[in-house]
Amino acid sequence: MNGMINMTLNGLAVSVEKGMTILEAAKFYGFPIPTLCHMEGLSPYGACRLCVVEIGEAPRSKLVTSCTYPVEEGIIVRTASTRVLRARRMILELLLASCPQSKIIQDLAAAHDIRQQRFRQEHEDCILCGLCVRMCEEQMMAKAIGFRYRGEKRSIGTPFDLHSEECRLCGACMYVCPACQLRCTYTEPDKAICGGCANLSPPCVEKEPFDDMMCYMAPCVACEIKKD
Amino acid sequence: MRLNSLEAFAELRADLFNGMEDAVRTLVIPAGTCGRASGAEEVIQAARKALLQDGIADSVRVRVTGCHGFCEMEPSILVLPDGVFYPRVKPEDVERIALAASRSEIVEELVWADADTSAPIPLQEDIPFFKKQRRAILSRSERVNPEDIESYIASGGYAALFKVLERDDPEWVIGEVKASGLRGRGGAGFPTGMKWEMLAKQPAGDGKYLVCNADEGDPGAYMDRSVLEGNPHIILEGMLIAACATGATEGIIYVRNEYPLAIKHLHLALEQARELGLLGHNILGTDYSFDIRVVRGAGAFVCGEETALIRSIEGSMGEPRQRPPFPIQRGIHGKPTSINNVETWANIPIILEQGAELFASVGAERNSGTKIFSLVGKIKNTGLVEVPMGMTIQEIVYDIGGGPSGDSNIKAVQTGGPSGGCIPASRFDLPIDYDSLARAGSIMGSGGMIVMDGRTCVVDVARYFMGFLKDESCGKCFTCRKGTQRMYELLDDISSGKGTVEHLDLLEKLALVVKDTTMCGLGQTSANPVLSTLRYFREEYLDHIENKRCPAGVCKPLIRYTINENCTGCRACAKNCPADAISGERKQRHVIDAEKCIKCGNCLAACKFNAVEVV
Repeated sequence: MNGMINMTLNGLAVSVEKGMTILEAAKFYGFPIPTLCHMEGLSPYGACRLCVVEIGEAPRSKLVTSCTYPVEEGIIVRTASTRVLRARRMILELLLASCPQSKIIQDLAAAHDIRQQRFRQEHEDCILCGLCVRMCEEQMMAKAIGFRYRGEKRSIGTPFDLHSEECRLCGACMYVCPACQLRCTYTEPDKAICGGCANLSPPCVEKEPFDDMMCYMAPCVACEIKKD
Repeated sequence: MRLNSLEAFAELRADLFNGMEDAVRTLVIPAGTCGRASGAEEVIQAARKALLQDGIADSVRVRVTGCHGFCEMEPSILVLPDGVFYPRVKPEDVERIALAASRSEIVEELVWADADTSAPIPLQEDIPFFKKQRRAILSRSERVNPEDIESYIASGGYAALFKVLERDDPEWVIGEVKASGLRGRGGAGFPTGMKWEMLAKQPAGDGKYLVCNADEGDPGAYMDRSVLEGNPHIILEGMLIAACATGATEGIIYVRNEYPLAIKHLHLALEQARELGLLGHNILGTDYSFDIRVVRGAGAFVCGEETALIRSIEGSMGEPRQRPPFPIQRGIHGKPTSINNVETWANIPIILEQGAELFASVGAERNSGTKIFSLVGKIKNTGLVEVPMGMTIQEIVYDIGGGPSGDSNIKAVQTGGPSGGCIPASRFDLPIDYDSLARAGSIMGSGGMIVMDGRTCVVDVARYFMGFLKDESCGKCFTCRKGTQRMYELLDDISSGKGTVEHLDLLEKLALVVKDTTMCGLGQTSANPVLSTLRYFREEYLDHIENKRCPAGVCKPLIRYTINENCTGCRACAKNCPADAISGERKQRHVIDAEKCIKCGNCLAACKFNAVEVV
């Protein structure tokens, strides 16, 4: 068939459309791969590394992120080999150590049977998956926020941390954020967006204009908790 | 003056050859950044003054060049054509050297003295540091004034380009480079000829790029800077040859902004080459057109990685992206791009000058040619050494490097920069080439070689490199950003005595995952400092964890300074103690107050009686 590629997916000989990523191919055939920084409609980025799969044959096989790797003719892919699972569990442990308050990360960790976290506990607001940056640029056409610095100082924000003229307070950045959903213990509830769930330090907005902001989080986990 | 034909270039070259008087002695003074820092400029001034004052300007000339490699002994003077080498020249001695050179004599008391017999060794080629080297690239820097294109042409430069243009056969050029077996000197060792062949096969479309990667960021490595400063035209010639072979239309030299002298020399070289018609439209009247520009890097280590480098050239933040597509398919602005390291480019004219066969005869199997290493650390002769591939570490460290600088034995060498690994003394019979180093758990990298002795703690070294990597990781991949941070934390715990055996286990597991799951080469090798030190020096880690002791006496929280019975009560230590921690009567044994002691080591350095001990 023209425009089709033959590959081996977890031992199955399958053919997929040319130009697909491994992640898309695996999803199409029903093999689940966990992701954090991937979202349909946004360009693949490969930041969270959670979607790693093993390609090639031992001893020359290697791990690549399935969200960024295009399918190739004859490629051999394993989505849940021992090596993949070992790596995924370590990544989740690292995520849990940095960002324990995220519901998504907690659920993923539970699903992968992670019972302990051996690193020094941190409480970070952001895993720098870059979903908000891509959302802002590619879907909202705003480019109000971006990455700054490198290494351990890397962060997301507006240029010089000033209120951005480009930001329309659409809230899309918060909507896509996988880390902030349970981070809603804002110290001054009256200033929070919807009574309970404030993105503590929304990168592109100052705290005051929250009144004008729309909240896409429905149902909002924090609001639900607050009701009780 | 623009040369419009190959004949015109041949004429110019013949003129320049005739202008060289072999009888004239030349005082070659290396003045790269390292030479200038150690006082080469005063030596140059003194030399120029001496020539005028003594009226010997007709028989002796001064040539200011880039670094020749023996940085430890700079400022130095090399008298050509005899090859007499004067190390650590003081400005007041220059006149004697100049006068002696004008009479073809040697100032014996100023030349190199043998370490054991103190016998003078006047000739550079006889000095142990140079003897075992094979200086194909570095020796060219002795003959070239980097600020003058005529000096380069007179030393045989652009001859390889001339040959290529005359022959006008791209396939032959690629064939030669392939046959030479040259592998990329940037670290990974990809065969250069194959890369070019792939670039040549790409559709011409709207242009192809050639890039010279001069973003040399490894701590302790500076061979690329040396070549750029000392011989910029050899890089231009290499790129021009590749342009003829692959049909590339534009060249970019990506050089880090921390190399101002290299950038200055590159700009001068580009200007002069353009003036002569060696760059631009219709090079030397042929159909080939190619131009090169300089792009300065803003200081991110990761921009040495090729996809990050491309993004940086395009004006975006330097961060790697997924390969495939490879730069050779989609590079700068989506056009096919071939990226090669400075040293790779410098090898190209040499290959085409002497022929692939001769080039391939040097070095080891599948690892042909020479490689420049920067030999630094606890070693007698530090500097740049160029050796045939396949030489053992033993030979480099002891024969060329002269062995340990202190009284402690050499314990290991660290190759390949921060993402390389440590190789212990027990494996010094290992030949240095891409494949052997990879098997030993290290990498060739750009060629940094840091020598460590018994006073170097491997945990501390791993911690230092991890500290560098956690700052320099671009931060895109979660496992590289957080992984290096966490590995640093664990190493920091171990070196401060808070480590447990579980720490070690976790460290190792984490290192393996980081190696496995990051996107770019830098991330994948970032675990090497941990993995290779664990592989060869696990006992030293366990000493830190189980016995809470640092055998090398480096990790401050684990060491204590004491004064033993050798103490004469001279008070030298007490005078040098910034914390007033040392007490005791004159001529009585002194005591260090452990509470006050800040472990700076001043007392150890001040004591002449070996009375201060680290326990």
